[in-house]
Amino acid sequence: VSTVTQQVGPAGTAGPTRPLSERRPFGDRTFQIITLAAGLLVLVILVLIAVTTTQQAAPWFKAEGWGIFGKTWNPATNQFGALAFIYGTAITSAIALVMAVPVSIGIALLLTEVVRYRLARPIVYVIDLLAVVPSVVWGLWGILVFAPWIQHIYTSIGSAVTGIPVLDTLFGPPTSGASFFTAGVILAFMITPIITSLSREVIATVPAIDKEGAYALGATRLEMITGAVWPHSKGGIVGAVLLGLGRAMGETIAAALVIGSSATITLHLFAPGDSMPAVIANQFGEASGTFRAALIGLGVLLFAFTIIINVIARAIVGRAAEQGSA
Amino acid sequence: MQRVRSQGVVMAGAALAAMALSLTACSSSSTTNGGGSGSSSLSGTLNASGSTLQLVYQQAAIQAFKQIQSGMTVNYGGGGSGKGRTDLASGVVQFAGSDSPIPSDEVSNFKGKTVLYYPILISPITVSYNLSGVSNLKLTAPVIADIFQAKITKWNDSAIKAINPGVNLPGTSITIAHRSDSSGTTQNFSQFLVEGAPGVWKLGTSSTISWPANSRGGDGNGGVAQIIKTTPGAIGYVDYADAKASGLTFASIKNKEGNYVAPSVPAATTAADGATVKPDLTFSAIWAPGAGAYPITAQSWVLVYQKQSSANTTKLLKSYFGYLVGDGQKLLPGLGYAPLPSSIDQKAKAQLSKIGS
Repeated sequence: VSTVTQQVGPAGTAGPTRPLSERRPFGDRTFQIITLAAGLLVLVILVLIAVTTTQQAAPWFKAEGWGIFGKTWNPATNQFGALAFIYGTAITSAIALVMAVPVSIGIALLLTEVVRYRLARPIVYVIDLLAVVPSVVWGLWGILVFAPWIQHIYTSIGSAVTGIPVLDTLFGPPTSGASFFTAGVILAFMITPIITSLSREVIATVPAIDKEGAYALGATRLEMITGAVWPHSKGGIVGAVLLGLGRAMGETIAAALVIGSSATITLHLFAPGDSMPAVIANQFGEASGTFRAALIGLGVLLFAFTIIINVIARAIVGRAAEQGSA
Repeated sequence: MQRVRSQGVVMAGAALAAMALSLTACSSSSTTNGGGSGSSSLSGTLNASGSTLQLVYQQAAIQAFKQIQSGMTVNYGGGGSGKGRTDLASGVVQFAGSDSPIPSDEVSNFKGKTVLYYPILISPITVSYNLSGVSNLKLTAPVIADIFQAKITKWNDSAIKAINPGVNLPGTSITIAHRSDSSGTTQNFSQFLVEGAPGVWKLGTSSTISWPANSRGGDGNGGVAQIIKTTPGAIGYVDYADAKASGLTFASIKNKEGNYVAPSVPAATTAADGATVKPDLTFSAIWAPGAGAYPITAQSWVLVYQKQSSANTTKLLKSYFGYLVGDGQKLLPGLGYAPLPSSIDQKAKAQLSKIGS
């Protein structure tokens, strides 16, 4: 974090600022210490959380070893393999991205390249409103309204594809309203605002001269977008998508309510499953001993996964920014 | 670009912090006010957390208790029995609600200090189902075990027909509904299958069971009731209070003596009466003997340290616990719970003097 901000603010270090700061050293020094403390506080809290949760999860890591990535999660027999939840997190996030990314980029392009600013503003408000809906509301709406409604559609699709090789495996019966797919759809709704607003800001930085140049060469709007906008903003958009992925992976209560809570690994997208944050939220209340340690351990794993995703996202966005400004 | 970048940092940070905080989130901090030494009128605060099974009773009892001791505040947060015991061990609450005695792997958390158990309520767990036209279904533990292991998948299976002569059972597929959250209700239901269907039930007993694929998970008793209510052919285990509130139909279950008994308040109290009570007042009313005993009967305790550092807290605890096992018992049938049988209630009252001694 700090290296990036240092890189960006090189201007103004030279010149006669030094005597000024020496004249009022106390106020400046105090301000510097306060801001530094504020910055470090976040880091310290983050590290403390990582250390204590890892400590609390230690009995699980010790008891299972590499078995933490095992297939069986059965508290009744003290088997705590997390693979089903890792799988569920991956598959629901993938479904969410497949649906949210094209829509988000479409909206971002609509707002920046197609409609005028005055018309774009209300659309931006509506999209941002989606981000304001609390996740528990998404979850309750999902389980009380959306899941019962889409259940019928799943059933029709399921009976329609029965017997067709690949489709039967993915969408065939038995189907359930609370499933991987429902969770994926709800997550897609939830990450669309983030991906949209970040993509919009990235696309807005495309220099007008590039776009005008494309038009001057006789490009249509679509050709202008693929030829001028896309090369300039693809890094930033990939970063936006990865940040959306981070959000989807960590979403807890909405997923917990709609995913169906079954620790199974299956290609059936309409079947109930479970994800890492959902299982923590659902099972923590009555857990004890190794069971409790395993749930905290799932949190540590998720913590690690999201850090990796975010680091990659930041690296891509940072590199794209350097290329863009060069 | 700079703006995009800094937003990214904020969001990443917020996401991580929120995720981590959700793990370490604890109950609100607790303090006990000193003073208020009068024996008749007490003042101070008791904080507690734990079992969601007894949450409704605690809420009703706290309301009613306000009329008796207006200077006293009792806070009971739910969170589950496991959370309650953890909170008690770490000292953030003065007492905890739990549906089971302290498991062996948690004993070390209490550092050798004596924990007293006070049973406060009995709760029948129904096996509720959704089959139009069938209102008097009879089930046995082995048949329930096979249904919940997906070995019996149709309602007109010969095993169900054999114990329900004359009932017109449809060929509907069975949908299993279970708790998606870990729960004392799941623990007690699976314990019933372990004891009532030995050799048949293979999934063990725990607050979370590895259910067959394609079973449906619901959040809380209300969530399971919702699934049963909206899914034809569904069957699930729901506590008596929620099953009645949702208007579900429930089965009569064959008990240890071989009688089919429907869940009810008297049948649950009878089951607790037949249970073997240990000296520390722990017992299990599951699969208890007694001609009229309902076999899937759970119980809930409040847990407290025998040794108390503050004389005032001791008084507060004695006063409130005295109400829970005393006059508060009259509230239970109205809430869908069963009161303690007098044999156990007497022992709980007699043990009150142990707090703070």
